[in-house]
This record gives sequence, C-alpha cells and structure tokens, in this order.
Amino acid sequence: MTAPEIAGAEASGAAAAAPEHLEGRGAWFKKLPVVHQLRQSVGLQRGMLIAGLVLTAGFVLVAVLSPVLAPFGWSQLRDLDGAFGAQQPPSAEHWFGTTVGGYDVLSRVVWGARTALLVVVVAVASSIVVGVLLGLVSGYFGGWLDRMLVVVADAIYAFPSLLLAILLAIVISGGQSSMWGGIFAAALSITVVFVPQYFRVVRAEVVRVKQEAFVDSARVLGTGHWRIMTRHVLRNSTRTLPLIITLNASEAILTLAGLGFLGFGIEPTAAAEWGYDLQRAVADVTSGIWWTALFPGLAIVMAAMGMTLMGESLNDLSDPRLRSRARSRKVAGAVAATSVEADTSVAPVDTAEPKQKGDDA
Amino acid sequence: MSAVATITDLAVSFATDAGPVRAVDGVSLDVQPGEVLAVVGESGSGKTVTAKTILGLLPATATTRGAVVLTGRDGRTTDVINVPPAQLRAARGRDVAMVFQEPSSVLNPVYTVGWQIAEGLRAHGDVSKKEARARAVEVLRTVGIPDPEHRVDHYPHQFSGGQKQRIVIAMALVLDPSLIVADEPTTALDVTVQAEILDLLRTLRDETGTAIVLITHNMGVVADLADRVAVMYQGKLVEQAPVGDLFADPQADYTKALLKAVPKIGEGRARAAERAAARTEEWKAGEPVVEADGLTITYPGRFRQPAFTAVDHVSLQIRPGEVLGLVGESGSGKTTIARAIAGLTPVSDGSLKVLGTQMRGAKGRQLKGMRPRLGFVFQDPATSFNPLLTIAECVAEPLVVHGRFASPEAARGRVDELLEAVQLPRSYGDRFPHELSGGQRQRASLARGLALDPELLIADEPTSALDVSVQARVLELFSELQRELGFACLFVSHDLAVVDLLADRIAVLYRGELVEEGIGEQVLGSPHEDYTRRLLASLPVPDPVAQAERREALRVLHAG
Repeated sequence: MTAPEIAGAEASGAAAAAPEHLEGRGAWFKKLPVVHQLRQSVGLQRGMLIAGLVLTAGFVLVAVLSPVLAPFGWSQLRDLDGAFGAQQPPSAEHWFGTTVGGYDVLSRVVWGARTALLVVVVAVASSIVVGVLLGLVSGYFGGWLDRMLVVVADAIYAFPSLLLAILLAIVISGGQSSMWGGIFAAALSITVVFVPQYFRVVRAEVVRVKQEAFVDSARVLGTGHWRIMTRHVLRNSTRTLPLIITLNASEAILTLAGLGFLGFGIEPTAAAEWGYDLQRAVADVTSGIWWTALFPGLAIVMAAMGMTLMGESLNDLSDPRLRSRARSRKVAGAVAATSVEADTSVAPVDTAEPKQKGDDA
Repeated sequence: MSAVATITDLAVSFATDAGPVRAVDGVSLDVQPGEVLAVVGESGSGKTVTAKTILGLLPATATTRGAVVLTGRDGRTTDVINVPPAQLRAARGRDVAMVFQEPSSVLNPVYTVGWQIAEGLRAHGDVSKKEARARAVEVLRTVGIPDPEHRVDHYPHQFSGGQKQRIVIAMALVLDPSLIVADEPTTALDVTVQAEILDLLRTLRDETGTAIVLITHNMGVVADLADRVAVMYQGKLVEQAPVGDLFADPQADYTKALLKAVPKIGEGRARAAERAAARTEEWKAGEPVVEADGLTITYPGRFRQPAFTAVDHVSLQIRPGEVLGLVGESGSGKTTIARAIAGLTPVSDGSLKVLGTQMRGAKGRQLKGMRPRLGFVFQDPATSFNPLLTIAECVAEPLVVHGRFASPEAARGRVDELLEAVQLPRSYGDRFPHELSGGQRQRASLARGLALDPELLIADEPTSALDVSVQARVLELFSELQRELGFACLFVSHDLAVVDLLADRIAVLYRGELVEEGIGEQVLGSPHEDYTRRLLASLPVPDPVAQAERREALRVLHAG
C-alpha cells in the first residue's frame, strides 16, 4: 500500500480503527519491540525505560569495544616499564588500581563486560531455541508428552538453580576452562535453568492461541500441523518473550558472577570475569583495599540493573492496564468511526465507497 | 415532578495510545420519573459511555465535560461529574443503580446472593443482619425468584442465566433508587428468557415507579419496553421521540436506515417459495451434500460426571445448492453440529456423511479430500483472522494450503477477484485484520470461505457479532453470492428473522434434539411444536403496536 492510499483511507475515515498502525507502517523501526514501547511511554515509566536502555547500551558498547577501550590485556601482568605490582591503589597509570594477582582492575572490568555479554547472548539464544520449540510442541499437541514435559520443567524449577548450574559447569567443562569452554559451560548451565521459563510462557500462550477461531479456521482448511504451528500459532505466542529475555539476561549475568565467585567460572588467564575478581578481592576488603572489589561489583550491579529496569518497564508497558498515558486536559479528539461501514446505506458519512470503487475500475 | 436525571451537553473523550478519542459529543437528555428511556445505537455510538457517565463509572483515562444531575427520591441533587468521590458513592445505589449485560460475571461466585444483595444496604448505612436479610428476601420476591426465603442462601451458580439476571436486578432495586440504568440487560440471554426479563422490568417500572434507562441495540426490545427513544450515532444524539412516533415516523435519516435494516420474519418467504418451485424431482433424488442420521455428539464428563450429550439423535439433510437454517437457543447444540460437519468435533454415535465422506471416526488423512470442498465462516470476524497476516495473506491461505498457488503473492490475482466478489476494494488486501471494521472483516471471512469454490459453506452465526445495519448488508451479500455460486449452506443462527431471510428450510434445535424441520412457511408460519411457537412468540418485533399484541398472545400461550 502506498502512502497516498493510506492518506486517502485515513481521510475517508473508513480505516479509523487504528491510525497508529497505519502511521507506523511508513516507519518500520517505530514498530520494533523496544522502540515502539519507548514511544508509547510517559512519565516515570519512560524514565525507568530510558535509564535501563542507557545502562544496557553502555554495557553492550563497552563489551563490543573492549579491545579498544581496555588499556591492557585481561591477563597482562607487566608492560614495557616492568611488572604492575600487586594491590596498587588507583593512579594515573592504573585508573582503578591493580588486583592481588597483579592485574589492571580497569582492564579486567572492561574485558569482563565482553565475557558477560557473550554468556548472556549464548545462554538466552540457546534457551529461547530449546524452550520455544518444546513449549510449542508441548502446548500444541498436548497429551502425555505435554504432561511429561511440564513435570520435568517443574522439577527443574524446584531444584536450586545455582546448584544446578554448578553441577553442569563441572560436567561440561570438567573443572578446567578455556575462554570459550568457560563461556559455553556457564551459558549452557544457565540455559538449563532458563529453559523451563520459556517453555512455560510459550506453552501457556500456545494453549490459549490454539483455541482461537483463526486456528480453527486453518484446521477446517486442512492445513498441516507444522504450518499451523509455525504460521498461525508461534507468531502469535511470542508477545511476552522480549520481556523474559531482558529479565533473564540480568539473571544470567548474576548467575555467571555467582559461578565465578564460587570458583566454577573461567580461569583468569582465559578471560576476564567479574565474579572471579570479586572472589579474589574478598580478603582485600578487610585490609582497606577497596578498589579491587568496588569496580567489578559496580559493573555487575550496573549491567544487571540496566536490564532489569528495561525488562520491568517493558512489562508495565505491555499491559494496557499498567501503562500510564498522557491524560488530555480537556475533552478532545475526533469521534472514532463506529462499526458502521462507510458504504452501508445507513451511514450518513458516505465518502469512502465511491472513491474506492474508482480504485477498482 | 422534575426529571430524575438531566444530562446537559455531555462530552467524553478517552486517552488512548493513538491520542484522545471522543466517545460522546454534546449529548443532552433527561429522564422523567417512572419512564423507560431507551438509548439505541450501534457499537461505538457512545450509548454505553453515556450510561456509565450517569453512574460516574468511567475509567481514569476519560475526560468529561458538561453536567449529569441526578435527583433522588428525597429531592437531593447530585452532579455526577463535578461531585467529590464520597458523595458520588452515596448517590450510587440510592439515586441510581445499574443492571449489567452479563449476569454471570457480575455476581461474585463465592458469596451467596443474599449477601450480595445486602451489600448494597450495608454500604449505605447501618443495618442489622436480620433486617438486611429480610430486605433481600423481599426484593428477591419482587423480581420473581420462587421460594426466596430458601433461595436467598444459594450461590450464583445454582441459578439459571435468567434467574441470575433477576438477581442482578434485585441488587439494583434493593435501595429503591429513582433510576435504574440497564446496559443491554437481555443481550446475553436467549429470546424466551429475554421476554421474561423485559416483562419483569415493565412490572417493576409500574409498581415501584423507578425510571429506567435502557441501553440496547435491539429495536425489538425497544419496541417492547420503551416509552421514549433516544437514537445515538457517532457520539451524537440524532433523534429523540416517543416510541410510537419513532417507529411510525422516524425523522433522522440514520433512524430510518436503522429501522429499515432490522430483519423481520416473513421477508424471505417469497424468495424461498420461488426457489422451491424451481427444484426438480431429479434434484430431490440426488445425493445430499450433508446427510446426518441419528447423529449424536457427547462431550466426556469430568471427574466421574456423566458425559454431556450436546447433540442427540439428529437427522437432517442438505441437498446441493440448498440453504438450511439451523436455529436454537444457546446450548441447543447448533454450533456443535456445524463443527462436526467441518470435522472440528468428533462424532460419537450415528452417522454423518459430508460430501460423501463418513465423518464418524474419520482421521485427518481421510478428510483431506473433502476439505477443499468445504468452506467455513466463523462467528466472530475479529478472532477468525490471524492478526499478524494481511487480509490478502489470510484469504490466500486456503489456496496455498491446497496447492493451487505456490505462495500468497502468487495467489494475489485470485485473492483480488475474491475481495471484489465480496465488495471489498482490492487495496484492503494489504491491510491487517484490525484495520477493518467488523462488517468488512466478515466479508473478508466470506471471501476466505469461498476461496476454493466450495460445494458446502458452513456459516456459524456469521452476523451475530455485527450491528444491525452491517448485518443487513452482509446478509444481502451472502444471499447474492449464494444465488450466483450455488453452494449448499448450513446457516446457524439464534435469530429466527435472519434465518428466515436466507434459508430454504429451517431446522429448530432444542436441547440437542431436532424438534421441527421444514420450509420457512411451515416452521415460522404454522409451527407444530410448542417450543417453536414459544420461540416465535418471544421474539420481539420492531413495532410497538404489533409487539403489544404479541405480548398479549405470549401471555395466553404461557397460561395455556
């Protein structure tokens, strides 16, 4: 549909059902999940969303640009002037000081963002694929498979998630870890914990959507199961996913930090990891060395908070009852067209049909 | 005596995601004591918003201007729009009460009805438990619940739909308000129950002198109950007149068109007779498209409860090119039959042959050959389209699934033809379902049903979600297409007048059983069965004079 046609339809009032969507078609990016909600939000909800977006964007930028931003490598102990020295306070050379192992804190924090981002991406991506697929099949077909999967998901829920992650970290990496080995070990152990969430959400939506009339209408046509599942059910069941993704991403960061803190993370020589650094800094705190713990800790808080803020405000915005709207001061706005069609003999406003007939000819 | 409610230049707008939308625009009305004022209009005309404003029940997103002044029985006045919340609360129940559309969702399932009725009393002053109970029993008796002393302790689920609506009315009555606002009080009810509730409202008005504002889209209900009618269109009041004058001599163009669009029984008879005459003996001997013999459909019971029989030994036939109208009240099994014919609900017993395929125990693969020869039009056009696909993609879906075209894009030519056949502009193919109005969507749905040029079309209440004027248009289109394309059709509806308009033959279902079947003239003209007679008599006609006579006839029928 071309722009003039839209304008024509708009003017005729025949399509006043949702002008928002007509306008949105021209600028497709306005309809992207997060951008759409940002445009919709007002007041405190907007503030929360923007804060979340800024923090998250900062985290992603630091992660992507870490080779440029970090002054040293993550396992670098010395430069041309010699060794850095252990537990050096912040100085012009080492802005955030050095750790007990003699690493540069700033570099470790910056490189750590990369590790965290990779883990989040791998963990969320793999849990979406597995969870959505299982949820779709389980919800659509139902029966014994569905019941079994639900029980398994519940069992995983009941299990302490960090313990499960530790177990899996050991199973997957066998204790030693390279960078990618460690990242995958952490990511996959987080995946196992997250899959039930995606499974449940998607399954619940699928069970609902499955009963909609448009699925019935596809069945009457004799549409195959796979086509119904992908074309009609799946696409209508993913509304809540962006929300869980953001919330899970922050949880993934915390789980990774927890694993690292407990010593099941990634070796310091393989990659920088905030949880590991925090653990090494435990003894420093009591002896007044604040910089080794503060900066990795802040990094964890900022990254997790950014994504949580984003997720929570998306949650509020996705629910029309929680969403706040700018309230007009006085009675304003045009009367929306009723369901009376412009072309019925009943409607006094009868401008649309002759024009559209003209289109056809 | 002065008016119980005076609305002066009321305007309401709502804040939405798409900016403010005006729902009511400069409406002025007044309601006299003991009068039934009907506010009619189509969905979106602002009638419900007006009614809710009278009670101050608008959501926080609404902005209001104007004045709505209520006068209580003691002469106190309250301006609903500008009054503090505490005073508004005091006025609700005492000066004005509301009867909602859906009685099942208005009553709280975990409290007894007596408790819920007494709650209104408790909210307006200190009453002892005993007094409250006595008053609850009293109003229950007023609204015609049998054995009220005993029933007052029952829970809502122990009452039928009609009784629940009586209880909702009792809740509204308990404080003896000067005005009751009834928002579509009978829309969720079957016609026979509707007649009873309308009777009750009339008696109440006569006995208690309560004024009633009746919000409805059903012109028959208006003719039956109202003293005065206000017609709303697009947020504005287009006409206001006493009921007799309005029906006899409507002034506004919109009112005229609205009244013309209401289907009346007897309109389709000539057409049906003409078609029946054109049938040959050969046609009668031919193989029917649908042949049900002793068709029984049961839903398995839960927790050891016995299975529920939705359809009980129904035998019917549809011959090629014939329209069979299936009527019945909710729960009569009419939709179940439609779904069974489409293969959506399994057949439990008996035989059901559709297009030569035995449906009983048929598996997906066996049905494959029959699918493309059958079309289905669903009740609610809003939900029967995948919201993420454009109209063109939705209509192309059957063509793609059955391999006529490789992709929706390739099928576009045929889709355009179909859209034109149902009188939608081609450009609408690029729109999404929510961008179309209800009637337009239902026409697109018809296009989808006809995409494969089926021999049999099943229409399950295709117009019951539409407004009267839109319904008239869709029905006209439907009968045009049927004449042109000559498909056989099962037309399911609860509305006798609609079925009469379209069907060659009419089958009446009652509690899963087929009580009467025949051509329209027989079934609606001289019904044999008691149930059919009652059904016909309960149907309010959009003519106050005729309706008064019918009401009398119905009373005789019930007495006899």
